[in-house]
Amino acid sequence: MADAMIEADGLLKSYGETRALAGVSFSVPAGSVLGLLGPNGAGKTTAVRILTTLALPDAGRARVAGIDVVAHPAAVRRQIGVAAQDATLDGLLTGRQNLVLVGELSGMRTGRVRTRAAELLEVFDLASAADRVVKGYSGGMRRRLDLAASLLTRPPVLFLDEPTTGLDPVSRQGVWEVIRELIGSGVTVLLTTQYLDEADALAGRIVVINHGRVIADGTPRELKERSRTAHVEVTLAEPRPEAADVIAPLVSSQVSVSADGLRLGAAVDSAPGLATALVRALDLAGMLADNIEVRQPSLDDVFFALTGARDKEGAQP
Amino acid sequence: MTPVVTQRPRETAGTRASTTGVTERIRNVLSMTRRNLVHISREPMQLSDVTIQPVLFTVLFIYLFGGAIPIPGGSYTAFILAGLLTLNLTTSTMGTAVGLATDLHEGMIDRFRVLPMWRPAVLVGRSLADLLTACLCALVVAATGLAVGWRTSAGLMPIIAGFALVLFFAYSLSWVAACVGLNSKSPESAASFGFIVLFPLAFVSNAMVPTQHMPGWLQAIADWNPVSAVTAGARQLWDNPNPSASISAWPMQHPIEAALAWSALILAVAAPLASRFFQRRTTE
Repeated sequence: MADAMIEADGLLKSYGETRALAGVSFSVPAGSVLGLLGPNGAGKTTAVRILTTLALPDAGRARVAGIDVVAHPAAVRRQIGVAAQDATLDGLLTGRQNLVLVGELSGMRTGRVRTRAAELLEVFDLASAADRVVKGYSGGMRRRLDLAASLLTRPPVLFLDEPTTGLDPVSRQGVWEVIRELIGSGVTVLLTTQYLDEADALAGRIVVINHGRVIADGTPRELKERSRTAHVEVTLAEPRPEAADVIAPLVSSQVSVSADGLRLGAAVDSAPGLATALVRALDLAGMLADNIEVRQPSLDDVFFALTGARDKEGAQP
Repeated sequence: MTPVVTQRPRETAGTRASTTGVTERIRNVLSMTRRNLVHISREPMQLSDVTIQPVLFTVLFIYLFGGAIPIPGGSYTAFILAGLLTLNLTTSTMGTAVGLATDLHEGMIDRFRVLPMWRPAVLVGRSLADLLTACLCALVVAATGLAVGWRTSAGLMPIIAGFALVLFFAYSLSWVAACVGLNSKSPESAASFGFIVLFPLAFVSNAMVPTQHMPGWLQAIADWNPVSAVTAGARQLWDNPNPSASISAWPMQHPIEAALAWSALILAVAAPLASRFFQRRTTE
């Protein structure tokens, strides 16, 4: 892709005996957001460390803004902003001092750094805590400050490694807000996350990786369509032991029954008129249903389908 | 609201050069030095080994051992001051090892590594901050000494030269400490370096007692110990009693030259080595 701002091509990386990346390729077009999704230990952070010049690949090529990360790491560092998984801040400095230090070390003039730091502290809702020592910040404040630090020089390419891991729901929303604003501004973003809702909410395209390999690549919608399985849940007015047999012909998995016998659940192939067919079958058997819910596949379902399948495959020699 | 970032792709023509200019490097070093000084101001107890310890050592040595150790040609107080200065500055280089090990242990080092900065500034900035605390230590030692009766008949320039001689040695030693810190698994293991290496180095010397009464083999070590040359050099510059002057070993006959040679040699070996260790430790 000619206008790709981030390109990974066949990246291989092992740490001792552990293979972190087993040939990972993806690219991020300028101005778009890619979500790199995978469970813990899938290789997401390793990929980001290579792309941000922190680690060298054993094989493969990586380019950021068209610059090879191995051949010209210093030039790559001028193009990128990085918010790492463990917020990389100096706990003994104040929020403002942290930003000024990062700005100065990035080559910004002191006067400009001060103006820019004040501006970002305002934007990230940290102005009132600006002159407090970072050690006393909450997790959400640290992440916001880390994001602010990565934006000081207005880099055209941004790497956000698990920006909300370990945050409470409110702080998470706060960080999402900030990231959404960035996305609108035309910067190219690579975002890693273990949360599907996060990838769904923020990324235009998702690359799923597991065990150091890309196992799926597409828009959130395409990935959901890939898994045809929906889920149905029937709530009965009163428990009936034969209810499971009644709906069994209409579903594609074994029917699970709750302890009180009132709720039945099963996987279904999304077929037209499924809800009507269920109502009819229950009615014919003389059963009263309080509620029938057909849930379309979530990214979670897709994710577990993908990674589960991969694990089984991996178990076969 | 001001846009937080711009989409403008960065000019690459001029920025592809991977070297940073000299002015840029100096700015980086100053930023890092200031950062380390802020650290010290946040945790003043970090300074105890250059403020409280010197006072304590001075009082302890002078009043506990002062009467028991006869010094030919002068008082123990006049003899010990240069020794106390060397002792305190030698042991306080432990701070460099611990500080660097802490930096590597925490995530902040990764932030530095993704910035387009001159990386050795991490090391040079720390060594300069540590040199400034060493200067503070020297002032505390001198003030305590003056308070308990240390005097010198030397002129202003030799007095300053004496302090500079010891500070130069401490600075070169802080690069050895940096090597240790860069190879330590944790700040705690870096701290143990002080007790294993620095204390014997400081004590097996002429800093506390004249070496003439040591067993022959130990005296040979002590007379060639860089700490002895540095201490004897300061005593000579300050016109303080220097019993080592009667020892025939070359460094004791030429203590100033020996002290400068030792310090330069240590610096020439340890500084490039530290830079290599830093490179290795931050490559993955």
